[in-house]
Amino acid sequence: MKIGTPKEVAKGEARVAMTPDSALQLQKLGFDCAIEAGAGTAAGFSDAAYKEAGVEIIKTPAALWKACDVVAKVQPPTDTEAKRLREGQLLISFFWPAQNETLLELCKSRSASVIAMDMVPRISRAQKMDALSSMANIAGYRAVIEASNNFGRFFTGQITAAGKVPPARVLIVGAGVAGLAAIGTSTSLGAVTLAFDVRPEVAEQVESMGAEFVYLDFEEEQQDGSSTGGYASVSSPEFREAQLAKFRELAPEVDILITTALIPNREAPELWTEDMVKSMKRGSVIVDLAAEKGGNCKLTVKDDKIVTDNGVTIIGYTDFPSRMATQSSTLYATNVRHMMTDLTPEKDGKVVHDMEDDVIRGATVTHAGEITFPPPPPKVQAIAAAPKKEPAKVPTPQEKRAQELAAFRADTRRQVGMLAAGGVLMLLLGQVAPPSFMQHFIVFVLACFIGFQVIWNVSHALHTPLMSVTNAISGIIVLGAVLQIGSGGALVVILAAISVLIASINIVGGFLVTRRMLAMFQKS
Amino acid sequence: MFGQEFVTAAAIAASVLFILSLGGLSNQESAKRAVWYGIVGMGVAVVFTAFGPGIGKFWLMIPMMALGAVIGAIVAKRVAMTEMPQLVAALHSFVGLAAVFVGFNAEMERLRVAAAKAAGAGGEGFSAFAATVAKKTPAEITFLQIEVVLGVFIGAVTFTGSVVAFGKLAGKIDGKPTQYPGGHALNALSLAACVVLAIGYFSGAGMWTLILIAAFAFFIGWHLIMGIGGADMPVVVSMLNSYSGWAAAAIGFTLSNDLLIVTGALVGSSGAILSYIMCKAMNRKFVNVILGGFGGSTGPAADIEGEQVAIEADGVAQALEEADSVIIVPGYGMAVAQAQQSVSELTRKLRAKGKKVRFAIHPVAGRLPGHMNVLLAEAKVPYDIVLEMDEINGDFPDTDVAIIIGSNDIVNPAAQDDPNSPIAGMPVLEVWKAKTVFVSKRGQGTGYSGIENPLFFKENTRMYYGDAKASLDKLLSLIE
Repeated sequence: MKIGTPKEVAKGEARVAMTPDSALQLQKLGFDCAIEAGAGTAAGFSDAAYKEAGVEIIKTPAALWKACDVVAKVQPPTDTEAKRLREGQLLISFFWPAQNETLLELCKSRSASVIAMDMVPRISRAQKMDALSSMANIAGYRAVIEASNNFGRFFTGQITAAGKVPPARVLIVGAGVAGLAAIGTSTSLGAVTLAFDVRPEVAEQVESMGAEFVYLDFEEEQQDGSSTGGYASVSSPEFREAQLAKFRELAPEVDILITTALIPNREAPELWTEDMVKSMKRGSVIVDLAAEKGGNCKLTVKDDKIVTDNGVTIIGYTDFPSRMATQSSTLYATNVRHMMTDLTPEKDGKVVHDMEDDVIRGATVTHAGEITFPPPPPKVQAIAAAPKKEPAKVPTPQEKRAQELAAFRADTRRQVGMLAAGGVLMLLLGQVAPPSFMQHFIVFVLACFIGFQVIWNVSHALHTPLMSVTNAISGIIVLGAVLQIGSGGALVVILAAISVLIASINIVGGFLVTRRMLAMFQKS
Repeated sequence: MFGQEFVTAAAIAASVLFILSLGGLSNQESAKRAVWYGIVGMGVAVVFTAFGPGIGKFWLMIPMMALGAVIGAIVAKRVAMTEMPQLVAALHSFVGLAAVFVGFNAEMERLRVAAAKAAGAGGEGFSAFAATVAKKTPAEITFLQIEVVLGVFIGAVTFTGSVVAFGKLAGKIDGKPTQYPGGHALNALSLAACVVLAIGYFSGAGMWTLILIAAFAFFIGWHLIMGIGGADMPVVVSMLNSYSGWAAAAIGFTLSNDLLIVTGALVGSSGAILSYIMCKAMNRKFVNVILGGFGGSTGPAADIEGEQVAIEADGVAQALEEADSVIIVPGYGMAVAQAQQSVSELTRKLRAKGKKVRFAIHPVAGRLPGHMNVLLAEAKVPYDIVLEMDEINGDFPDTDVAIIIGSNDIVNPAAQDDPNSPIAGMPVLEVWKAKTVFVSKRGQGTGYSGIENPLFFKENTRMYYGDAKASLDKLLSLIE
């Protein structure tokens, strides 16, 4: 079968859906490749280069559409192009089926199959053909470059002989693929980068890219990105308020703002209001990557760059990928080539349109005279649903105080209880014990208390010396033997003598070994 | 000869000195002074008591003391630092035995005085301890008997218990818990027998009851410690330390000697606190330790995935060359292999290269509280890089290399991850958070608790098999 790529007809579109490299790969799949003359020129690929890669050059678009069984392009087909489709032909391109219903009808009426590259489901297996991500990556990068182009200062802070330059402060709203790419570019240029997203779980990704995540002081059921295929969804009005308040606070300090907040199949949410723009510094730059869908800032003019009265530049270009046509063509062509790989399992140049396959089914919008959009939910979950973590309960100050108070009370109760019990015991003991015993007993109890207080302070590292020194001290039992050795019968004297002997070993051995150990402890 | 007032004054001075001596152990520098307080206090106490009123037979007492001192000095000089646990246990047994003897003596003196009194001799003509006994009222005599029983009982348990602990620590007795059939029931039975005998003794059955009590107590001490595994020895040794103190205090009551009471109480509470600290470090109840063995696990242990990956000396050396920060975790295996000198040498070499080397000491590493600290100090590792668990546990994530030398259970992640593990909940060193973990270990066996260690199967763990000392020496030759 023959796969062909026409020249893009949309104004300003410089990309091309097939590169010489991807053509070589496609040929390995068993396809013949064709391209309209001059299709790759704007992206930096000459006809000669294609020819070298074995691609047939076809002069006119009409001839190309006619000759090819598969047509791969970038932008959705124009009406003229759609009318060229014929039964059984396969078109691969961006399509935006939700907004292009008439076009969808037209394609259906031609009985052609259409695979929309923007409908590739977000599952791991399909990442290699996720053209949206490839393009968003480029858009994010380019947004920062475009901002820097319109910004009058360095991004990185410097201290030079000619004075100190503060680093630029960049705020990136929306940490999807484009946002993360922008964060990476911005931090590598040296700017102080802040980032915000409604999905708190991306905070880790943001921080891993070297930016600071802007947390809201707001408690709400966490948005679970997995239920929406990894995309953001609409947030509650309260959340929006908290978010706007935070942005209002940040607006005067931010030099560069890059907004990338998009919600699938909806108009872009307004995140940066007019008053925020007014409170920004003169010379600040806003790049609104959501301009295509109305913009995150309402002042944005689609496909244009404006400067507000207070000197804030607002860039509303929607063709960032096209501005880096070589790069984006390479990536897009690779995405298309991966799609073709999935479509030709036998590598024999024959397209097998397997509607059971999640990826192919999801991306197909018309097939065999039917509109197959919207697709059923994929069988494989896009992202494993994160196990809902029970948030660690942070006690409020009042609760904390109450807890402390309760603990203190329980402690007091226990201590008082023990003291009372101890007191009663002493009283009972005092009833039966002779006074001389009680005197010694007082000494004993006090000594125990002193012992407890003193030992708690002993350093952990000195526990072994502590044991040997207490060992030596407990040799004090020698006194008992000494007191007895002078009295009484022979057996008493013998036992006392032995006791003196072994207790002396204990005393001397214990002290000397302790001294030996302690002498070894040295500071570096 | 000193009068009674001198003896009392000396006792007060000695008590204060002993308290200062223990209090001084709060840091390494003041400890060096503190031990002298203890020595002086002991000297004062012994001299003033020995030359106090009513003491005789110096011809016997002084040579005995001198002989004991010489033996003690020789032992203290000869003992290797790795043998410290044995030595401490052996010394405990002496205190226990002395307490038993002194208790017997007190009883014999009491009987002699009672016999003399019955013969109508009155309270005169007795010397030393007998004179004190002669002055006692009947109520005081009853309390004296209670004190004697307690002193003898605790002393006897301490004696045999310490002997067994010594045997286990020295490797002369198998470290595994072994008990007669009947186990703790046998201990309880013996204890009951002791109580019965004590009642008989109080009602005047005579000296033989006391001897039998001692015999039963000897059995309890022996049997109790036999039933406790080698890994629990830190608790056992500190418990015996405590007992030796309580025995001394009980004897102090018998002899109406406040200095003995004070000292005994100090030692007793010290040992009790040490036992508490050790149990806490193992997350075990004191009673469970004493009753021996690990309780059966509460469920199947979590399966361990992955495999143990071995590494050779050059691999370890290379990783150490590249590392900036290293934490060494020593355990009993280091003591067994006598590897502390090699560890110290490794530390010196790595520090000379400007690497940050520190030691992490788990409270129950080794067989004695603070055992590792002493061994490292002996090998001249500066004590300010030797840190305890709580100080260093938070630093593992920022550490390039953690080296485990002969420790196992104290670095077992199952304690945190696996609620069914026998050591679940025990605080452990979180070595697995380091970038790379090297485990120096003799073979693939399990630790003292006999449980598998998932650490060895982690992705960032490399097993460096071999005798700790031989392995480290091989490593040393590779590090310039």
